[in-house]
Amino acid sequence: MMRMKNSSRVAGVAVIVSKTGLADNFSPHTTCPNQNTGVYSENYGPDLANCNVTVWNPFGNGLSYEDFAFPVFALKDENQTQVIRKCYEDHNQRVNGSAPKYPLCAMQLFSHMHAVTDTVTCMRRTDLQNRFSINPEVLCDPLSDFNVWTSTRPLNNSAKGHAADESVVIAATRLDGRSFFWEQAPAAEGTVSGIVTLLAAIQALYPVTQEAPPTRNIFFSFFQGEAFDYIGSSKMVYDMKRNDFVIDLDNVHSMLEIGQVGLHSGRSLWMHSDPISRQNKSVDTEVLEMMDRMRSAAAGLKLTVDHPSVSQPLPPSSFQRFLRERQIPGLVLTDHNTSFINRYYESMYDDAENLNVTYPPGLTPDEQLVYETDAAKSLAEVATLVARSLYVQAGGNESNLNNITADPKTVAQLLYGFVIQKNNSWFRSLLPPEVTKKGVNSILSSGPPQFYIGLGPRVHGPAHSVTRFVQYILANLTGSVTNLTESQCQNPSELSTENKDLFSYFWVSGPASVNSTSEPFCVRASVRLSKAVSPAFELLEYGSRNYSTWTESRWKSIRARIFLVASRELEMLTLGVGVAVLLLSLLVTYFISSKAELLFSSARETPTTTY
Amino acid sequence: MTVAVFFGCAFIAFGPAFSLFVFTIARDPLRVIILIAGAFFWLLSLLLSSLVWFISIKASNSQDLRLQRDLLIFGVFFSVLLQEVFRFAYYRLLRKATEGLAAISDEDTSAISVRQMAYVAGLGFGIMSGAFSMINVLSDSLGPGTVGIFGDSQYYFITAALMTLALTLLHTFWGVLFFEGCEKSRWWVIAAVVSLHLLVAGLVMFPLDAAGELHITRASHYCFTFIHTARVI
Repeated sequence: MMRMKNSSRVAGVAVIVSKTGLADNFSPHTTCPNQNTGVYSENYGPDLANCNVTVWNPFGNGLSYEDFAFPVFALKDENQTQVIRKCYEDHNQRVNGSAPKYPLCAMQLFSHMHAVTDTVTCMRRTDLQNRFSINPEVLCDPLSDFNVWTSTRPLNNSAKGHAADESVVIAATRLDGRSFFWEQAPAAEGTVSGIVTLLAAIQALYPVTQEAPPTRNIFFSFFQGEAFDYIGSSKMVYDMKRNDFVIDLDNVHSMLEIGQVGLHSGRSLWMHSDPISRQNKSVDTEVLEMMDRMRSAAAGLKLTVDHPSVSQPLPPSSFQRFLRERQIPGLVLTDHNTSFINRYYESMYDDAENLNVTYPPGLTPDEQLVYETDAAKSLAEVATLVARSLYVQAGGNESNLNNITADPKTVAQLLYGFVIQKNNSWFRSLLPPEVTKKGVNSILSSGPPQFYIGLGPRVHGPAHSVTRFVQYILANLTGSVTNLTESQCQNPSELSTENKDLFSYFWVSGPASVNSTSEPFCVRASVRLSKAVSPAFELLEYGSRNYSTWTESRWKSIRARIFLVASRELEMLTLGVGVAVLLLSLLVTYFISSKAELLFSSARETPTTTY
Repeated sequence: MTVAVFFGCAFIAFGPAFSLFVFTIARDPLRVIILIAGAFFWLLSLLLSSLVWFISIKASNSQDLRLQRDLLIFGVFFSVLLQEVFRFAYYRLLRKATEGLAAISDEDTSAISVRQMAYVAGLGFGIMSGAFSMINVLSDSLGPGTVGIFGDSQYYFITAALMTLALTLLHTFWGVLFFEGCEKSRWWVIAAVVSLHLLVAGLVMFPLDAAGELHITRASHYCFTFIHTARVI
């Protein structure tokens, strides 16, 4: 690709995406992801910054961050690829070493982008349009979506700022991924492993935290946009700082983040901590205690957890954004000791196969949904470990630990829904009826979900599909069923027994069986969405170095077509013949019409002279 | 293909018709009116014949490809016959009009002779027929591609333009012959014109591989008609 970028003869690239002949590793991300917006800089751990100690993504070739002057299309449809191949073979191949003859097969790629240069330029132009034009034309939009958060003890959503008497343990993971191509991001090992682990841990923790609540609240958060310089986590930290969120940084006791945990099988898990903040004695003590708690929680399971022996920085994680504001004790749990084990980090090849999610042949989709693969079992182990560590970290009683176990069946269903097929019966039962009944463009189309963050509610409709899935899955796993009707579910504040500040109310489809259709009902859960757009766009600092400034350009149509092209000589010949015919006919007609009396002397003038 | 091909084909197809219009018709308003009315009559005949074809298509089985092809051939022949019927109708109309024209003109006789009306009417038919057969092709030729991805010849545009050119001139000559035959009551001339038109339409319907082959057949009919017209005049 780099050769093509530098060549002047390439007008476009069409990539045929196929599974055969997959390279051993391919990561279009950089070798040091999010190196400028993490916590390590000249002011904080300068010798740890810019991956001086550990190169996290050694296979990264930075392709996603190169500026290509031509369109690059990905062709996934096998039939279309066949047509293109056939056209090439019929017309463009060399015959006996000589150049192919016209007409030649050509392809035209349309992908005109309205934004140019960089975010600062296109946002400045958009602002000018908005201010001075009657019909403002927006050139680019900031990447935005929603974070999903919930907590074991419901938090009052209308009370912003410091929450009195709340000490919170944050458990976080990321919700998004990316790849070289737009909106293609299967992100199985990079993102799904974390999501599934945290969801299963929440499900395992929930009943115990209701019966025997721990001292501290546990705050679960799924951050959107982490691939693009920590959009979601920077926004949440920014809100916390400005007292615009339900809790603030003083409420945070410690943090546990789940990184990539899918490929650990047989090996141990690793707990990463920040060496700079651990120079502070109190933070160091707390971190050591956290690690001990995790080790003891893992002792009962078939897992080992360990701390990397070398003093190395934190891997790219949302926790780094929290550290930028406050030195909070925390750990990042991953399956890699130094560099990523994931050889396809943030690429379109990070899919079910990369995560070793395979099913025996001959199963129907519903059977596959509940089949417990090895990957599901190992992720269930990790989820149990996370849940138990969180419970103990939040001050719970260790005697209850044996009741906290992640359900492998739930993990299997989650894995199936997030990496194989999102249009399955379980997801359909969780989502509201208008989503399941919609046509082709609904979020329940066929295939695995794509984890690219997208442009958010103003441009694309309500929240992104993955955000909705996680929100409704959380509602299902932690919520309680109520008797409310649909209109009551939309407006619960009218009822005195329901509290809109503490809970959200969701109208969901319910399970559908073969004979009957589903009966929708109302679920009450303390699951909330919080806006995930970079603070740079609220502060109007489009060139900010502290926050993410990613935007996506607008376009009108993206399509391609193939056709034959005739040689220049033939075109010029046609034009020449046309001009010649026109001139000739003009001359002849003029000549004949001016001499018409002479040429067409009719019978009237027959000389029958009679002398 | 591109703008070059667009203009080239447009000039080929409409060049002679344009020059004939500019030098022989544009000066005289009466001729312009007869030209436009002739074009309109051709348009009417096409409308009616396409209506018949459309009804027959809708009434038949759309899956049977052979039947559809046969219906198309029937449609073309019916259209040819209808065009000649309308040419006859236009002749009758113009004959009726000559008396009125004679009444309003300064001299005793009408300002325009039947032969001139025949030529103008034929040209009107020809221009409209050419426009209908060529405009679609011209608009497609503006894009960057050319014909051929499904195996057809890449000379399609030039061939279509030349065919349109021939058709325009043929209609002009047939107009002259037809009116002459109606004037002098020589029915065999009328029959010859109709049969020639049918023959040409039939030749177009048969899928001919080489563009050149089609061309030669066209040129021969063109020459024959030209000679006959000259003899009549």
